[in-house]
Amino acid sequence: MATRRDFLRASGTLSGVLWLSSSAISSLAPSRSWALELGVFNDLQSRTLLQLTRHIFPHDTLDDAVYAFVVKDLDTASAGDQAVAKLLSDGVTELHSGGDWLTLSTAQQFASVEKIAGGAFFEKIRSTAVVSLYNNELAFAHFGYEGSSFEKGGYLNRGFNDITWLPDPPPEASPSPELN
Amino acid sequence: MAAFAHDDNSVVVVIGSGAGGGTLANELCQRGVDVVVLEAGGHESIASFVNDEVAAFKQLGWLDHRTSSGSWRIAKDFPNLPAMICKTVGGSTAHWAGVSLRLREHELSARSIYGDIDGANMLDWPLSIGELAAFYDRAEEKMGVTRTHDIPGLPGNNNFKVFYNAAKQVGYRSANTGRMAINSRPRSGRAACQQLGFCMQGCKMGAKWSTLYTEIPAAQATGRLDLRESCHATRIEHDNSGKVTGVIYFDANGEEQRQLARIVCVAGNAIETPRLLLLSESSKYPDGLANSSGEVGQNYQRHTSGSVFATFDEPVHMYRGTSMAGIVTEESGHHPGRGFAGGYQLQSIGFGLALTAGFINPGGWGRSTTRAIDEYANMAGLWIVGEDMPRTSNRVTLNTNEKDQWGIPVANVHYDDHANDIAMRAHGYRQGRAMYEAIGAKNVFEAPPFPSSHNMGTCRMSERPLFGVVNKWGQSHDIANLFISDGSQFTTSGAGNPTLTIVALAIRQAEWIGLEMNRRSI
Ligand SMILES: Cc1cc2nc3c(=O)[nH]c(=O)nc-3n(C[C@H](O)[C@H](O)[C@H](O)COP(=O)(O)OP(=O)(O)OC[C@H]3O[C@@H](n4cnc5c(N)ncnc54)[C@H](O)[C@@H]3O)c2cc1C
Ligand code: SF4
Repeated sequence: MATRRDFLRASGTLSGVLWLSSSAISSLAPSRSWALELGVFNDLQSRTLLQLTRHIFPHDTLDDAVYAFVVKDLDTASAGDQAVAKLLSDGVTELHSGGDWLTLSTAQQFASVEKIAGGAFFEKIRSTAVVSLYNNELAFAHFGYEGSSFEKGGYLNRGFNDITWLPDPPPEASPSPELN
Repeated sequence: MAAFAHDDNSVVVVIGSGAGGGTLANELCQRGVDVVVLEAGGHESIASFVNDEVAAFKQLGWLDHRTSSGSWRIAKDFPNLPAMICKTVGGSTAHWAGVSLRLREHELSARSIYGDIDGANMLDWPLSIGELAAFYDRAEEKMGVTRTHDIPGLPGNNNFKVFYNAAKQVGYRSANTGRMAINSRPRSGRAACQQLGFCMQGCKMGAKWSTLYTEIPAAQATGRLDLRESCHATRIEHDNSGKVTGVIYFDANGEEQRQLARIVCVAGNAIETPRLLLLSESSKYPDGLANSSGEVGQNYQRHTSGSVFATFDEPVHMYRGTSMAGIVTEESGHHPGRGFAGGYQLQSIGFGLALTAGFINPGGWGRSTTRAIDEYANMAGLWIVGEDMPRTSNRVTLNTNEKDQWGIPVANVHYDDHANDIAMRAHGYRQGRAMYEAIGAKNVFEAPPFPSSHNMGTCRMSERPLFGVVNKWGQSHDIANLFISDGSQFTTSGAGNPTLTIVALAIRQAEWIGLEMNRRSI
C-alpha cells in the first residue's frame, strides 16, 4: 500500500498529501500523506513521469497518489532492465532539454507530449499506465468499481440487478433468482 | 489416476485439455479407452482463481510469444497478443463466459446459401444440422446450458436491464438472458451462480462449466486418464507408412520426452493446432502433417466483432454479475439486403475497470479515452459476434524469425478484414448505438475488436480432401490416426460463440473413434 504514516522526503522517494477532494480514496488511507520509495528514479525524474502520466491519462479529480503507482511500476521496470532505465531517463532528459519542463504551462506541456506520442518513451509510459493506473484499490474507489467480490458472496444479494431508473424486464427475459 | 509408459503405443494422446481436448479425453475414457493428455499449462483450481482481471490474465493466459500481421487493428493494438487463449488445465474454458449457441442450418451451408463471395474461400460443412442435433443435446446436458433441458434462465444483471430496455426501444423482441453454461441452480455437484462478475477470470463458484472441474476429474475417476500438465508438445512423429506414432514434448522439468500413441488428437486451439502440424514437417510431409491440401493454417476465422459502450446519467455497475448476461438474435440471420452475407448476435458484456481501460480505445490516450473511464460506473456494454469469411490469406504460419522459450518458431497470425466483415461491423455499431441512444445514452463509444477469443477454421472440415484438412469426424484426410478435436475444424464460423459446437463435435468424435478402434480400422 502506498500510503504511510510517516512523510518521507529523502531522494528516491515520491511523496505527497492526499487532496481534500479525494474522499473515496482517503477513506481507504490511514493518513493523508503518502510516500513511495523508489530504487532508481531521482526526484526530477519521478515528478516528470508523474506529470507526463497525468497528460496521457488525464483525470482531473484523480489524486496524484494513484498516478504515483505508475511511477513506482516504471521504477521497478527500470531496476530490472537497463534498456528500460535508459529509455526512461533519456526521455526525461530530452523533455527538459529546453529548460525545466515542469514549470511550463499545462498547454505547453501538452504540446510537447503530443510531439512524443507514439514514440518508444511515450509508449512505455502509456502501456504501463493503462494497467498500473487502473488496477489498484484507490482507482477502484475513485471510479466506482468494487473489485474482488467472491469473499463478499458476489452480488447476488448485493445489487447485481438493483438499478431502478429502467423498468424490470419480464420474467421470460430475466427470471428472478432461484433461491438456493 | 493412470500412468502409462512412454513406450505404451496403445494409448490415445490428446494434446490440450480445453473445451475440445478435455471433453474428448473424458468421452474416450468413459468408453474404456486409455488416454494421455498433454497440457502445456499448469493446474489451477476454483480455490486458486483470483477476482482480479490482471492477475487472472497472468495466471491463466497463454503468454508464450506470438506475432501478428495484416490490416486488422489487432496487429497494431496487440501485436503480440493476437488471441486471448488460456494455457492451463481446462484451457480457455477457464476464461470463457459461457454463452452456448448452436450453429444453424444456413450457417452449415454457407456456400450454398450465400453463394460464392469474392475474396472468400466459402465451403459448406460436410455435416447437416440433423447429424449434429443429438450431439448438441448431449453437450447442453453435459454443460448444464440454461434454457435447455428444463434448466431455468439466469437472472439478468444491471447491464442486462439496460441492454433489454435498449433493445426493446429499437424494436428487438428477442432480448433475454440467453443460453449459458452457468448454473442457475445447483447442478451436477456444482454450485449456482452468485453473480460474482468474474466469469472471465475463472469462476470461483464453479458455477460456470469448465473442463477443469467437470470432464477432467470425471475422466480421472475412470482410472484411464494420464493427465500430464506443464507438458508442451512440439512435434508429432510418423512412420514410413505415414501413420503417426507418437508425440515429442517438453515435460515440466524442461526435458524432452517421447510418448508413443495409437492415435493422436490435437486440440491446442486454432492457433497452436496448425502450428504443431506445421512444426511436424518431415521428408515425407514437407509442408507439415495432414497438409496435402495446403489448407493447414488457412481460413483463420475469429468472428467479426466490436463493442459498443454507452454511458448514462444514472449508475449501471456493469461489472456486477455475469460478464455476459444477455443476447439479441434478430440480426443473426442471412439477410443480404443489409449489405453483407451472414449475420451477427448482439450480446451484453461487462468488464472491470482494468479491462475497460485496456479495451475501450486500445493505444488511445488523452481526454477522448479518459472521458469514457470517468463515466465507468454509469457505463453499459454490448458485443457484436458475427460470421466472418474464410480466406486463404487469413492464416496461421510459422514465424521462423522469432522463437518461443523452447527455441521453436512461434505462430504468426495474419488477418485482413474482408469487406463483408467491415460492412457487418459498421451495421452492428449502428444498431448498438441506436439501442443505447434510444434510452438516453449520454456518450456512446465504439470499441474495436479485442484479441481473438474465438479462433476457428485453421484445419477445416471438408467433404473432399482437396478443400480441407479433416473429414466430418475430424479425422485428417491424409493420416487415418491423426485427428483434430478443437475449433480448428470449423468449415465456416457461423455467428454463434463456438464452444458448444466444439464440445458437441468432441462427443461425436469420441464415439466414432471408439467404434473404429473396436473395428480395428485405426
Ligand atoms: C475471455 C473469453 C471469453 C469467452 N467466452 C466464450 C463464450 O461465452 N462462449 C463461447 O462459446 N466461447 C467463448 N470463448 C471461447 C472459448 O474459450 C473457446 O472457444 C474454447 O475454449 C476453445 O476450445 P479449444 O479446445 O479449441 O481450446 P482451448 O480451450 O483454448 O484449449 C487448448 C489447450 O491446449 C493447450 N495447448 C496448446 N498448445 C499445446 C501444446 N503444443 N502442447 C500441450 N498443450 C497445448 C493450451 O494450453 C490450452 O489449455 C471465450 C474465450 C475467452 C478467452
Ligand atoms: S457471475 Fe456466476 S458464473 Fe460468473 S464468475 Fe460469478 S458465479 Fe461464476
